[in-house]
Amino acid sequence: MPDSVDAVIELLATENYVCDRRLATALFLSLKLERPLFVEGEPGVGKTELGKVLAQALGTALLRVQCYEGLDVAQTAYEWNIARQMIEIRLAEAVHETDRGKLVRSLYSRDMLIERPLLAALTQPRSPVLLIDELDRADEPFDAFLLEVLAENQITVPELGTIRATAPPITLITSNRTREIHDALKRRCLYHWVDFPTLERELEIVRLKAPGAAERLRVQVVEFVQRMRSLDLFKAPGVAETIDWTQALVALNAVRLDPQTVHDTLGVLLKHQDDIVRMQHGDTVKLLEELRARAVLD
Amino acid sequence: MFAENIVHFSRVLRAAGLTVGPDRVLQAMAAIEAVGLSRREDVHAALSAVMIDRHEQQPIFDAAFASFWRDPKLLEQLMLLALPKVIGRGDLPRPPTAGRLQEALAPPRRAPSEQSPSDELRFDASFTFSERERLQRADFESMTTAEFEAAKKLAAQIPLPIAPVRRRRHEAAPRGRLDLRATLLRMARAPQTLTPAFTRPRIELPPLVVLLDISGSMDRYARVFLHYVHAVGQQHARVHVLTFGTRLTNITRCLRHRDPDVALRLADAQVPDWKGGTRIASCLAEFNRRWARRLLGGNAAVLLLTDGLDRDEGGHLAEAAAHLHRMAHQLVWLNPLLRYDGFEPRAAGVRAMLPHVDRFLPVHNLASLADLGRALSHVR
Repeated sequence: MPDSVDAVIELLATENYVCDRRLATALFLSLKLERPLFVEGEPGVGKTELGKVLAQALGTALLRVQCYEGLDVAQTAYEWNIARQMIEIRLAEAVHETDRGKLVRSLYSRDMLIERPLLAALTQPRSPVLLIDELDRADEPFDAFLLEVLAENQITVPELGTIRATAPPITLITSNRTREIHDALKRRCLYHWVDFPTLERELEIVRLKAPGAAERLRVQVVEFVQRMRSLDLFKAPGVAETIDWTQALVALNAVRLDPQTVHDTLGVLLKHQDDIVRMQHGDTVKLLEELRARAVLD
Repeated sequence: MFAENIVHFSRVLRAAGLTVGPDRVLQAMAAIEAVGLSRREDVHAALSAVMIDRHEQQPIFDAAFASFWRDPKLLEQLMLLALPKVIGRGDLPRPPTAGRLQEALAPPRRAPSEQSPSDELRFDASFTFSERERLQRADFESMTTAEFEAAKKLAAQIPLPIAPVRRRRHEAAPRGRLDLRATLLRMARAPQTLTPAFTRPRIELPPLVVLLDISGSMDRYARVFLHYVHAVGQQHARVHVLTFGTRLTNITRCLRHRDPDVALRLADAQVPDWKGGTRIASCLAEFNRRWARRLLGGNAAVLLLTDGLDRDEGGHLAEAAAHLHRMAHQLVWLNPLLRYDGFEPRAAGVRAMLPHVDRFLPVHNLASLADLGRALSHVR
């Protein structure tokens, strides 16, 4: 376990994750105070990646719950092994078992339980990383269920009793804010808003993730995307899009940005038709002119 | 000394409208202990991770932190000076009863509300049917204040204006999909009999987003409707309300307050542009950009309450309305101007928006609000 904010930054750097000091502080506190970390931000700023990288860096298991509407306990926490229970009942009939209590106990014993990620996160010998991804896509009843798991590190199975954590999981919750998560749940977490990175940090990220690109191109790409985010677009490109775009340009053998190349590859950066149309109507040329004026582009 | 500062700092944040409970203060102390006091930015990051829980609070927090770090004492004095003027969510409004008491004791200029012993307004007990009927037909615009008060009370009893939707979450039911887990539980209890258990998709109300025009021409309607929405919000948790005139304001949190008078007073304090002009196109476009993705998840319905009297300069209104229509599960436009027989969509704004709504309904009296409930009550 890292013992300071700097140690967290170094730890994530070993896995090629560039982490700013604020995020590192929040993460360090979440490890130190054993509180879940609630990470909110625009899509494509590296929220999910953080969970994966953290598990790799700490060398522990990663348990992931991908949220969607209608998610319930059976898909996220545990399920009874119905087939085995059926066989158990048939066996009891075959041997004329009359002790009802004994039958019920054998039907609902621990080894009849199929573990799903949330329960598995509580039964690991070593604290795993539990990544609850895009919680905003799940519905409110799931928030309510999560409360017990996050606050007490335990899950109550009605037929069996309460299962407590052997080693408390390191929990990371991400959300894209397509709905507001209930305050009661947020209160149990530390909160961090992941913003788009600064120019220097984004350049650092692109260097790590797209080593095949020429440095000049990388600078131009990052400058261009940074300026793009200040336009009033419907969905600004995330860091993931910047990396994709750099790789796309490398695949097309581009060595510098020019209107035609940008025009042809806009679909990698922007995912809304309105935004693409807007960029094609002169905004691209305007941004490139700006870069040229600042001598980023030759 | 240092703990005292944290406590004090949390008081500052509370005064600024953040909800900082004692649990967070304790956590903040633990957090500071963990990161140490040597670097200002670490302290800042640590405190903000603990003390805020939504992105909008960051600027408030940053400002408070900056001045506090400079000189806690100075801030304390500033706070004492500013306290009566600070208006925020965290402020304790005057207890509502005080206002009502005053109203009850004052000469009856305005209609007293339900806690006063006046007969004329306890309509549940004493309104005759015909009076009720008359109220339901009266136009909001031409009511006396007493009637207006009563209308607000009635509005709180009208059914919900949303069509329920079928969800993916299942619940126990007499017929439907076989529920093996429950069936087995029954079998374990009585092995000789097989009584299968079933589930079916839950049918429930989707989230509702209300966009309320509060420009001059809409003033009275908007107020009654606000009461109505408050009542709806008390029964149904997922209602978001945004007002727009010359700018867009989210007043959802104000309306969470149980007491309608307090809730509306808080909302009043939040909204800067009551009875001002109207810029529908830019407000809708702003909603689409800033809020739509956050509020329109889960098949949300949108109620748009506006008279559409907008000159639509620039011609962006149709575009914004179309965009909204694509994102909302159902878009219902409530228009008070429909009360005039022979209302023709002559205003450019009305004409621009009309092709992009699912329903276009009148909302100038209470009967029409009830119609609205009926119009929307079948499952979509």
